[in-house]
Amino acid sequence: MLNPADLKYLESHEWMRVDGDVVTMGITAFAAEELTDITYVDLPAVGAKVEAGKEVCEIESVKATSELMSGVSGEIVAVNEKLADAPELVNDDAFGYGWMVKIRANDLSPLEKAMDAGAYEKHISAAG
Amino acid sequence: MHLSPLNEFHTSLGAKLIDFAGWSMPVFYRGINEEHLHTRSDLSVFDVSHMGRIRIEGDEGEAFLEHLCTRSLAETAVGQSKYTHMCNEDGGILDDLIVSRHEGYWYVVCNASNREKILGWLTRHADGRDVLLTDETFETAMLAVQGPMAIAFMEEQFSLSLSELKRYWFVDGDFSGLNYSIYRSGYTGEDGVEAVVPAIAIPFLLPALFGDDLQANGDCKPAGLGARDTLRLEAGMPLYGHELTEEVDSLSAGQGWCVHLDQKDFVGADAMRKVRDAGKKRKMVGLELEGKRIARQGYEILKDGEKVGEVTSGTWSPTKQKSIAMGFVRSELADSGTSLSVDLGRKENPATVVPLPFYKRAK
Repeated sequence: MLNPADLKYLESHEWMRVDGDVVTMGITAFAAEELTDITYVDLPAVGAKVEAGKEVCEIESVKATSELMSGVSGEIVAVNEKLADAPELVNDDAFGYGWMVKIRANDLSPLEKAMDAGAYEKHISAAG
Repeated sequence: MHLSPLNEFHTSLGAKLIDFAGWSMPVFYRGINEEHLHTRSDLSVFDVSHMGRIRIEGDEGEAFLEHLCTRSLAETAVGQSKYTHMCNEDGGILDDLIVSRHEGYWYVVCNASNREKILGWLTRHADGRDVLLTDETFETAMLAVQGPMAIAFMEEQFSLSLSELKRYWFVDGDFSGLNYSIYRSGYTGEDGVEAVVPAIAIPFLLPALFGDDLQANGDCKPAGLGARDTLRLEAGMPLYGHELTEEVDSLSAGQGWCVHLDQKDFVGADAMRKVRDAGKKRKMVGLELEGKRIARQGYEILKDGEKVGEVTSGTWSPTKQKSIAMGFVRSELADSGTSLSVDLGRKENPATVVPLPFYKRAK
């Protein structure tokens, strides 16, 4: 599976797309495959505050309950409402239609520690 | 890691493989939900070659199995199988198995995770008896063909006559000198068969199932262990390591129907008679949870904030589109319609006791 080069990655298998001060987040295709079918994403409310390194929401899959961890601190400005009826979008298109939240970051500096696609690929081949 | 005789096939279709009880097995090919629904509507083939297969020969084979199985085998005809448990002296469940009477021998199919334990248990109890045990797990393959179209498909592809075969009966045959056994059984809640064949027959079998290119573009598709688990859970069937463990006896696990305490004596019977006389303290129930969260094994079941039981299995039901679970609760709270809740860690989720199975196929 290809990890897009224009994204940032966390060790806990989230991807982030940075557009100005808005960071779109989801879980990677690797994570989605490991979790097997995603059945539900417990999306947060728009306006909720999130913190870098803390949980944004829980994700249910056939295999396990897991979490989306935030890469930045800020406020939720959008959630992917489509996931309510079609959580399988995460498995089908993890880096696209399977996005989960958009966060307006009040500080982008935590992203400096995030991995690029090359580093993330090394990370998952070490894990796998 | 043990490799199934179908390993190359799994890999060529890009299956997601996992380590399951020391075997590299497919958890899904296309997706668990899709494979689950396809089994309910059409048919699927599951590779279950990881399950333990043990042949038992010798004059004392029947007495030997009667001594170890919770279920009476006396009425078992040649060509018939029985679901049973084997328990330790305390009644703790060692495994759940299918025992079949073939012409001149018995065949035992056990869980992959318990194969070595069961082999050891059988070997120990065979000492001094006219019993010969052979582990055939690695020289055979086992496939489950399951779904409403399974019987017609198998009859057509393999020129077999299966419609008259009753559930838990089987046929033995040979195909160009290769012996096979086809059992009308399964673990999905659908009609279908489970076939044991020599491992070397697999390359000849696969094209008949999945087409000459092995791409499975027809109605018959492979399904992985992920769908097998969600299917068995909808069908209310217990799984070793979840509903059944060595810490629980067969009666307390709600499986008293396969325990024949009055007909015979067997290892664990005395312990279970005590359980029967004292009355069961807990019962296995089905639960439907409100909302879309999933109850996992080990989660506490609560009534008015107090722990009254524990979840053993849970999933999102693809057929019912509901969050379902099995678990044990105090006997007085096991009636259908009872309102309970499941502790999800951060919140209590309302749940209702419902009858098992969650899913029953149309006859």
